[in-house]
Amino acid sequence: MKLTKFAKVTVLGSALTIAVAGCHRRPTPLTVLPQERGALIGDQAASGPSPGGTLNQGQPINSEQIGKEGIPTSNNFNPADMNQDRATLAADTVHFDFDSSVVKSSEQSNVDSVAAALKANTDAKLLIEGNCDERGTEQYNLALGERRALALREALALDGIDPLRIRTISYGKDKPVDPGHNPSAWAKNRRGDFVLLTPK
Amino acid sequence: MKPINRLKFMPVTAILAGAATLASAQINLYRQTTPGNTPPILVSVTGLSAQARRILEFDLYVQGFAFTNEGAAQYLISGGSGANLQARAIDRINRRTLVAKAYSGAGLPREVHAFADDFVEALGRKGIAQTKIAFRHDTGPGASEVYVADFDGYEVQGVTRDHALVDGPAWVPGRLALYYTSYRLFNPDIFYQDLVTGQRRVVAAYSGLNASPAVSPDGRRVAMILSKAGNPDVYVCDRDGSGLKQLTFTHQDQSSPCWSPDGKWICFAGKVRGRRMLCKVPASGGPVRRIVTAGASSPSEPDWSPDGKWIAFTAQWRDFAICVVPATGGEVFVLVNGEDPSWAPNSRTLVFTRRRGGRPILSLLDVPTKQVKDVTLISGSNSQPSWAK
Repeated sequence: MKLTKFAKVTVLGSALTIAVAGCHRRPTPLTVLPQERGALIGDQAASGPSPGGTLNQGQPINSEQIGKEGIPTSNNFNPADMNQDRATLAADTVHFDFDSSVVKSSEQSNVDSVAAALKANTDAKLLIEGNCDERGTEQYNLALGERRALALREALALDGIDPLRIRTISYGKDKPVDPGHNPSAWAKNRRGDFVLLTPK
Repeated sequence: MKPINRLKFMPVTAILAGAATLASAQINLYRQTTPGNTPPILVSVTGLSAQARRILEFDLYVQGFAFTNEGAAQYLISGGSGANLQARAIDRINRRTLVAKAYSGAGLPREVHAFADDFVEALGRKGIAQTKIAFRHDTGPGASEVYVADFDGYEVQGVTRDHALVDGPAWVPGRLALYYTSYRLFNPDIFYQDLVTGQRRVVAAYSGLNASPAVSPDGRRVAMILSKAGNPDVYVCDRDGSGLKQLTFTHQDQSSPCWSPDGKWICFAGKVRGRRMLCKVPASGGPVRRIVTAGASSPSEPDWSPDGKWIAFTAQWRDFAICVVPATGGEVFVLVNGEDPSWAPNSRTLVFTRRRGGRPILSLLDVPTKQVKDVTLISGSNSQPSWAK
C-alpha cells in the first residue's frame, strides 16, 4: 500500500476525474477539484479559518418595501411606527401555566384592567407580547407564545375591545424576564406583556 | 442528569426489508441495523498528515465509522503527506481497491472531504463531507443572526447582519438560498435570501406570527406557521409568497412543519385537545393524521429523512432528547440529549443542538451507531441548524 506506486499525475484545469492514459502501471485517477467553494457563494477571495470568509450579507431592507413588493399583509398598523409605552400596563402582565395558553380566571382582573385602559384612551392601540419559559423547543415556543398572545386578545375582545386595535407578537423563549433555570423563573417567564401604543 | 437511553430500543423490521433491495455493500452496512445500537464500521488510517487525518476521521466518524489498527479494520485507508492529497481505500476482507486517487486544486481540507465522499460512495452510500449547514448564532440578549458553515464547522460565513432576532433558517434544496424568520421589521416575518447575490425579500409578513419556513423537495413551495387567522396554523405558499393556502384549522398552536421527500405530506408538531403529537397533512390540503410516536413525551421539531423512512424529532422529558420514529409511525428510538434535529442528505447523520456549559452548541449524530461529534470550530451560542440538501 505504498503510495510510491501511485502514477505521477499532471494537474489539469478541469473539475473532472481523469484516468491517466498511456501509463503502463495501473492508471491512477486524478481529481482536480474546483477552486474554493466560496467562489460558489459570491466570494472570490479565499476564506480563512473559522470564522472567515465573507458571504454576501443580506441587503438592507425596510418596512416600506413590504408594500412596494406587493407582499400580502393584513396589518393595519405597525407598532414600530408608534410610541411604545411599556410602563402603563406593566402591572397587568398575565401569567400562564406550563405548556398552556389558557387565560386563568385568577388573571382575569389584569385583562379587565387592560380593557379599561383601552376604553379610556380610544386613540391607543395595544401590542401583546407572548413569552414562554425555556422548557420547550424554540419553534414550539414561538407558536405557544403566539397562542398565548392571541388568547389574551380573545379575552380582551370578550371585554369589548375591537381586536383590530390589537397586534400580537411572540418571542418564544428569547426574552425571559428572569434568566434563571428554576420553577420560580419559569413561572415569571410564561407570560403575556401588554405594551400601550400611542400615535407619535 | 439521568441518561435517557435507559428506555428500551425496539427492533424495527421495516429497515431490514428495505435493506434487501440495496446494493451488496449497503446490505452489509445496514444488516441488523437499528437506530442507536449498530456497530460502527472499522477503518484504519495510515500515512496521512495529522491535519488530513483529523479531517478525515471527523468526516467518517459522523457517518458511522470508527478507527482501529490495520489488523482489525475492514477498510484500510492510506495516503501521502504531501501538499496535495493522495489516498487510497482498500477493502481488506474482499481484497479490493475501492478508491485510489490524487486530489488537487482546492486545499487540503476540501481534498480530504472529496476523498471521504469517494470512499463512502464506493460503499454504495451518499457522501456528506462537502455539504453545508445553516444555523442561528446568538449575538446578545434578544439578538441573533443567520450563519452558514461547512458541516464540520469550517468556512463560517454570516448571512444576516440585522441586529435583530432570527429563527429557523431553512435551505432551498439544491441551491445556495435560505428562508428564515427575522424580527428585522419588528414583527417576525419570513425572508428569502439568495446567498450568491445577497438579494432578499419578504415572503410572509402577515399580522402575528410568520415562522418556521420549510421548503418542499422540489423547491417550489414553502410550508410555514402563520397566525393571521387567529391561531398558529400550518400554511403553504409558492416560493415567492403567493398562492397562500391554509392547511390546518385549529384553535391550538401548531409548529415546525417539514416535508416528506415525495412532497406529498407536511409533517408538523401538532397539538390536539392540549396533547402534543406529530401530525401530517396532505400538502394539497386534506384531513390531518396523527403519526404515532409511542414512548415519546411531547414530540416537536420533526424532520423527515430524505430517503423517506424516518422522522427525527425532539421529545421532552426533563431534558430534550433526539428521537427517530419510522415515518409511518410506531415505536420511538430515543438517541441522545439534544433538540432540533435536521437530517443530512445521507439519511443517517443529524445535526442538532445540545447544551454545553449553559450554551447551545451544534453537534452531529450518526443515528445507526449513535456516534456524536460536537462542531467545536464554531464558537458561541448556536442553534436551530438546517442541513443543506
